[in-house]
Amino acid sequence: MLDSSLQQLGSALRARKISSVELTQLYLDRIAAFNPALNAYITTNAELSLAQARAADVLLAGGKAQALTGIPVAQKDIFCAKGWRTTCGSKMLENFIAPYDAHVIEQFNKAGAVNLGKTNMDEFAMGSSNETSYFGAVKNPWDQKAVPGGSSGGAACAVAARLCAAATGTDTGGSIRQPAALCGISGIKPTYGTVSRYGMIAFASSLDQAGPMARSAEDLALLLNVMTGFDSRDSTSLQRDKEDYARDLNKPLAGLRIGLPKEFFAEGLAQDVANCVHTAIAQYKQLGATVVDISLPNSKLAVPVYYVLAPAEASSNLSRFDGVRYGYRAPEYSDLTEMYEKSRAQGFGEEVKRRIMIGTYVLSHGYYDAYYLQAQKIRRLIAQDFADAFKQCDVIMGPTSPSTAFNLGEKGDDPVQMYLSDIYTIAVNLAGLPGMSIPAGFGSNGRPVGLQIIGNYFAEAQMLNVAHQYQLAIDWHTKQPNVI
Amino acid sequence: MSLNIEDVHKVARLARLAMTEQEAQAAHIQLANIFGLIADMQAVDTKGITPMSHAQDVSQRLREDVVTETNQRELFQSIASQVEAGLYLVPQVIE
Repeated sequence: MLDSSLQQLGSALRARKISSVELTQLYLDRIAAFNPALNAYITTNAELSLAQARAADVLLAGGKAQALTGIPVAQKDIFCAKGWRTTCGSKMLENFIAPYDAHVIEQFNKAGAVNLGKTNMDEFAMGSSNETSYFGAVKNPWDQKAVPGGSSGGAACAVAARLCAAATGTDTGGSIRQPAALCGISGIKPTYGTVSRYGMIAFASSLDQAGPMARSAEDLALLLNVMTGFDSRDSTSLQRDKEDYARDLNKPLAGLRIGLPKEFFAEGLAQDVANCVHTAIAQYKQLGATVVDISLPNSKLAVPVYYVLAPAEASSNLSRFDGVRYGYRAPEYSDLTEMYEKSRAQGFGEEVKRRIMIGTYVLSHGYYDAYYLQAQKIRRLIAQDFADAFKQCDVIMGPTSPSTAFNLGEKGDDPVQMYLSDIYTIAVNLAGLPGMSIPAGFGSNGRPVGLQIIGNYFAEAQMLNVAHQYQLAIDWHTKQPNVI
Repeated sequence: MSLNIEDVHKVARLARLAMTEQEAQAAHIQLANIFGLIADMQAVDTKGITPMSHAQDVSQRLREDVVTETNQRELFQSIASQVEAGLYLVPQVIE
C-alpha cells in the first residue's frame, strides 16, 4: 500500500479494498513511529484528519469519489488550514490557529483529500536546508546526518520516508525542487500565477508559487489538477481554462529538443551530480530526444538579483507581524515601539531577521534605484535569456542542485554558501517559468541526485510527459531509503 | 558601497527589530558578505531596460464594489495577544 501510486490508491479506495480511515491511520501510525527521528511534521491532528477520512469514506461509499478522495496529503505548514495550527516554521506563529483555509487547502478539501498534517519547513520559507525552522531541523531519510534541503524539507522527507501519500510545497527560489532533489522524490513548481497564493503565508509575493511533491510525475499531474485554478482573492492568479495535466503523460518523446545551458554545467557543479545528469540526458536520447547546446548568459546574476528582490518583498510582507492582531508578543515592553521591536526580535529567527534587514536596506532612501530597480531590470534580462533559449528547444535540463545533500550544520555560519545552493533553481522563479525535479540516481556518498526540467510558460503537461516517460524507462523514482 | 555599523543600527530601527551592540556587530559582518555577493549585479549595463516586477504582464483586476466578507471579529480576535471589549490593546500612545 505504501508504494502504490495515487491512481492505485484511488482505485483501491473506490473499490473499497481499504477505507480512507484505515489508510489515514496507517500513515498516522508511521508518523508516530518515525517522526520523532525525522521531524518531518510540525503538527499532526488525528482527530481532524480522521474526521476528513470518515467524510471521504461516505463519499466513496456513495460513489461520489474524485481522483484524490480519501487520500492523505501532507500540507506544508505555510498554508492556512482552518482550525489547524499554522506556524510557518516560526516562533512568531507558534500558537497561531488559522481562522480560514488557503485556496490550496480548499481545493484539496473539495477533492475529498485528507489533510494528514502540517510539514516542517525553514522559517517563513527562508532557507535551503530546513535548519532555520524554529521547530528543529528535518533529517534526510537517506542519511540522517544530512539535510533534506529546504524550504519544503519536511514535505520532501515525508514523501521519501512514506509518511504521506503525497505532499504540497512552495517554491520561491527552489524550495520545492531542491528538497525534492536532495530527498530523491519528484516535485514541480508550476508557472507563476497558476496556483493561488491566497492563504499561503507570503515570503516574496512576485516569486512565491505552490506546487505538489510526490513519488512520480504521474502523481504530480493528479495533484496539480486539484491545486491549480483561478482565484479572485489572489491578484496575480491567472484566468485560464482548467486543464488536465495528465493528458499528455503517454506521448512518446521522439523529436523532443532538450536544451542544455552551458552555465549549468560549469565550475561549481559536483562531479558525481554532473555524471548522473549526463547519464539521464543520454537515456533521454535513447528515448528519441535530441540535445541542443544553449546559453543563459545572465543566469549567473540570478542569485544576486534574488537576494535583493526576495528580501525586499519579504521585509514588506513580514511587517504585518507586529504582535497586535496575531502572532507572538514580547512579555515586557515600555511603549508601543518597544513592543514592536522586542516582539519582532524575539519572534523571528536569525535568517528571517537577516533578510528583513537586507530588504529594508535596499528599499531605503537613496538605495532604491541602485539595488531594487537594477535587480528588476536584470530580472527582465534573465527572463529574456529563457525566451531566446525556448526558440531552440522544447525543455531545458540540468542539475537541480550543485551537490547532493550536505551535512547538517555544514553551511550554518555562512549565509552566502547556503544561498549558492539554489544557483540553478532561482532563475526559473525570476522568469516565472515552471520547473521540476525528478530523481536521477545517487551521488558518490549514496545521497540522491535530482534532474531539473524547465519548461516554457504553461508547459506543465509537457514537462510531466517528459518526466513520466523517463520514469517508465528508468526506475530511480521507485528507490526508497532503507532505514525506514 | 560599504555598509557601516551605524547603517546596521539604522536599518534595524526602520525594520522595528531590537538589536544589541553584539548582535549588530555579527549582523554587520554577515550583511557585508551578502552585499559582496549582490555587488556582482552593479556593473551590468541596464540602460533602456524596463524593470520587471511580475512574470506575467497582467493588469490589476477590478471587482464590483460589494461586500464579500462576513464579520468574523470574534474569531479573528480570538488569536490576538490582548483584546478587550472587541478592541486590540496596545501600550498607550496618547498622553
